[in-house]
Amino acid sequence: MVRDKYHNQLIQLQEKISSLSELVKNAIKESIISLQDHNVEQAVDVIKDDIKIDEISTQIEIDCMRLLALQQPLARDLRLIVAIIKINIDLERTGDLAVAIAKVTVAIDNEIHIKPLVDIPRMATVVCKMIDGAQRAFCESDSDLAYDIAIFDNEVDALYNQVWREIMTLMIENPHNIRNASQLTLIARNLERMGDHVSNMCESIVYMVTGKRVKLN
Amino acid sequence: MIKLLENETIEIESIDINLWYDDVQALKDISIKLPKNKVTAIIGPSGCGKSTFLRCINRMNDLIKTCRVTGELLCGSTDIYGKDIDVITLRKKIGMVFQKPNPFPMSIYDNIAYGPRIHNNLNKNKLNDLVEESLRSAALWDEVKDKLNKSALSLSGGQQQRLCIARTLAVKPEVILFDEPCSALDPISTTRIEDLIGKLKKDYTIIIVTHNMQQAARASDYTAFFLLGEMIEFGKTKIIFEKPKQKSTEDYITGRFG
Repeated sequence: MVRDKYHNQLIQLQEKISSLSELVKNAIKESIISLQDHNVEQAVDVIKDDIKIDEISTQIEIDCMRLLALQQPLARDLRLIVAIIKINIDLERTGDLAVAIAKVTVAIDNEIHIKPLVDIPRMATVVCKMIDGAQRAFCESDSDLAYDIAIFDNEVDALYNQVWREIMTLMIENPHNIRNASQLTLIARNLERMGDHVSNMCESIVYMVTGKRVKLN
Repeated sequence: MIKLLENETIEIESIDINLWYDDVQALKDISIKLPKNKVTAIIGPSGCGKSTFLRCINRMNDLIKTCRVTGELLCGSTDIYGKDIDVITLRKKIGMVFQKPNPFPMSIYDNIAYGPRIHNNLNKNKLNDLVEESLRSAALWDEVKDKLNKSALSLSGGQQQRLCIARTLAVKPEVILFDEPCSALDPISTTRIEDLIGKLKKDYTIIIVTHNMQQAARASDYTAFFLLGEMIEFGKTKIIFEKPKQKSTEDYITGRFG
């Protein structure tokens, strides 16, 4: 290896992305568990812990800027850094969406949900599975896997449409449901957006590996 | 390569060029087409044959006794290694700028006028015009117009290099070969030369050998990657530097060897 220090920095940057995606995934899981359990304390923790996500994300951005300025990366290294810059933004936004869910949990407090939460946790499970897969595709530079993972966004979208239809029906049936219903719709919408962000991450991974710019959602 | 260059006019074409220094083979079956009015960069680690190939194009290698070349090298329809070729005329048509600025130990004016005085019989006024035009094209005129009779050696390194470019332009070449033209220059002079190369390609075909990858990426339209005497990859610069096809090209430009 000719540029050991530089290449070690690239590896560290990849590791930071892995840590970031772990944190984001936990934030999603906990935001949904706190929603299900009406656990305001846990929801507040999710909101507070977002600062850790923001810190790592900012650090990744600084590291990328520094590598671009000092090392003038080219070819696969350039594609890696460009992908990291984009994935970093998508992960940070996904973290913010988990915070938005936690805020709704705080607002709902002990109010009973108008329906049992089935599809919303299922959406969260699919999104977390997508983040896991995207992380693996990123670490292993596996563009085929990135394509496969992006397809799961269809499942998230289908679940969102299902939740939306169901909630609309409940609202029409009884206007007293509207308050809780609109909050649940907001949550489902946030999860749907998360799926889009992970699809974007998959696009960045395909670019990183193949140099091709693709649209996967 | 046919599709890659389908919208280009080919200025230089090399067909299976092999070159030996004694019994050491420095170039192996180099076949490449270099487009007219474009900048082509040749990159590769030390000893890969890039400068050797560049020197083939205006037969500078003739000066090395042990050097032997086979294959065909065409400039337009002219066979560069043809029997009837006058090497002096060839080098007028295919000019060269070297790594270190090498002005003649004479005045700025005489440096530029040297070539035209040999090749053409110009009257004083025409010669003055040509000197000015060459210096302007090399983006040096404004800096030296009041001291044309001063020694060229009094100029800074970057100015000397632009003087050498002006000197090359004065004999009206068609092709200009740059052999690491900025490696002895500071960053500002380097930027000036790169800007100049960008402007010159309108009128000339430019081939540049450089160790500076970013320079190749910035200044050229096409890039050829050489390794151990072979041409590994040739393509549009933006593709070579973003997603090269060959692994060894990628390894070299990302600093994994070389």
